[in-house]
Amino acid sequence: MQSEPAGPAAGVCCRSSYDCNRKARCPYPHRVSLIAAWGLTKRFGDFTAVDGIDFEVQRGEVFGFLGPNGAGKSSTMRMIGCVSDPTGGALRILGMDPSREGTRIRSRLGAVPQQDNLDEELSVAENLYVYGRYFDLPRSVLRARIAELLDFVQLTERADDQVEPLSGGMKRRLTIARALISDPEVLLLDEPSTGLDPQARHVVWERLWTLKRRGVTQVLTTHYMDEAEQLCDRLVVMDRGKIVAEGSPRQLIERYCTREVVEVRTHGQAAAMADALRRLGESPEAPAADTPHERGPSSDQLYERAEELPDRVLLYTDQSERLMAQLGGVEHESVLVRRSTLEDVFLHLTGRSLVD
Amino acid sequence: MGRAAVVPRPRLAIEYWLLAYRRRWKGSLLTSFLSPILFLAAMGLGLGSLVDAEVGSGRDLGGLDYLDFLAPGLLAGNAMMLAVNESTYPVLGGFKWYRTYMAMAASPLRSRDILLAHFAYMAFRVTLASFVFLGVMAAFGAVSSPLAVLAPICAALCGMAFATPTAAFVATRTNGDNFSTYTRFVIMPMFLFSGIFYPVSQLPVVLEQIAWLTPVWHGVRLCRALSTGSGVEWELAGHLGYLVALILAGTLLAQQTFTRRLYE
Repeated sequence: MQSEPAGPAAGVCCRSSYDCNRKARCPYPHRVSLIAAWGLTKRFGDFTAVDGIDFEVQRGEVFGFLGPNGAGKSSTMRMIGCVSDPTGGALRILGMDPSREGTRIRSRLGAVPQQDNLDEELSVAENLYVYGRYFDLPRSVLRARIAELLDFVQLTERADDQVEPLSGGMKRRLTIARALISDPEVLLLDEPSTGLDPQARHVVWERLWTLKRRGVTQVLTTHYMDEAEQLCDRLVVMDRGKIVAEGSPRQLIERYCTREVVEVRTHGQAAAMADALRRLGESPEAPAADTPHERGPSSDQLYERAEELPDRVLLYTDQSERLMAQLGGVEHESVLVRRSTLEDVFLHLTGRSLVD
Repeated sequence: MGRAAVVPRPRLAIEYWLLAYRRRWKGSLLTSFLSPILFLAAMGLGLGSLVDAEVGSGRDLGGLDYLDFLAPGLLAGNAMMLAVNESTYPVLGGFKWYRTYMAMAASPLRSRDILLAHFAYMAFRVTLASFVFLGVMAAFGAVSSPLAVLAPICAALCGMAFATPTAAFVATRTNGDNFSTYTRFVIMPMFLFSGIFYPVSQLPVVLEQIAWLTPVWHGVRLCRALSTGSGVEWELAGHLGYLVALILAGTLLAQQTFTRRLYE
């Protein structure tokens, strides 16, 4: 650690580690987090990829880092995986300090990297075998576990095939099986389903869901809202190296978005229609939408916020029925009422502009 | 959790390299056979017949036939070439294309285990190829001392004296653009001017002194002494020491550059 750890919040046990043996006598609320970070920072030269973030992951939960490309998710993930040294702040994983006990921590983690790094010349089973050997698992143990894992990821028939010709989804499943070879306490998944077709993604999700039911703690990064919504018990939204929101998917939607979204479509006249809708709304637009903000108590406003897109206007509302009744006065092509999703929260918090 | 702590060791990663080698050993051994046959036939026999007629096993070649002079030199030079090949693209690939090292780094293995395992594999490859080379030399009748069985070991040391600093350098690269320049203008001149094809005493004094600094010259002297059974013993200890020192320095350097690259 180069800089002093920021330390836990006042009034919380300083030990923080989940293995602490003074638990019974400690006067402070005890942190039993599997992973805890305070002021965690990663800089590459002048560029700050992760800018002093705090988070905790509890045993058995599925915890997500959600954010656009370049938000610092992967850098955070690499620090948790003990393959990247933090440049500031403090990080404890399984009660240990990664800068001193990286090897011991890694022996209890399983990592699925963003880019598959399977050996394409080796067979499916051989990939699992060599990886298990890195963990010093005996051959006899490996033989049984490989069979079990291949069955779990539905690759038993391909056991002796070379990896190179496998489909993207199969390779991904094999990478997940490989990460499970050491029976890890925490599974780290960096964008587990990026680049897969819909069928393959659903198979991956279904497998991760099964692991979740078995109580495997999972930490994942994603920029897919549906992935975060389906898998995560709790998540943080990251933007430009910082955490901008935290909670369960439902909490985030309640806190940062209205219950429903009314999408009003038009024939390329969005600007004119937005004006008409604005007059209809009786009330001014919600506070400047360029800074993330929490919602105030819901009001009588017809809608809370309007957002103009090229072909439609999105109205964020808790009163969709009243709003619909009034829409007759505005010329439009079609209307769609839908529940708010994490995607609405995400776009609200991190903006629609492209960050590269 | 009641399970024993993992003790990472390079041997755990060596298994990977050996498993991968099983896929390509046939082709690699064939190359190891053909290359010395071509060189020894063309230069040892073809060119050698001219040299022997002109020089007549003279003083300049230490009283040796040209084939006997050339073969152990090529043994060392060949080891250098192979070691450089094994420590350029495969090492960059470990970081960048195949990401083998990255996969290993996510396991309990430390950067030291990762690089030592790959070095051990390179040494194994070069030693194996050098023994094949020695076999071909013997078939050509270019071996005159039983001590020659030690020559492949020395050739491998010569190779590793190149492989370790080369890998250390490669770990700092993001692409392979400089590799052919390195091979063409650093390695090739050493192959040509370090006493493989003629004694370095034939060179201008400045070049001769530069040749003494190159690891391959030391490797060539070692292999030639062992294969012909004639050499000054204290001088050989010096050659060995020089190569071992380079390997140690290269390994320490690689430890630094690998660690920086793996955990950046």
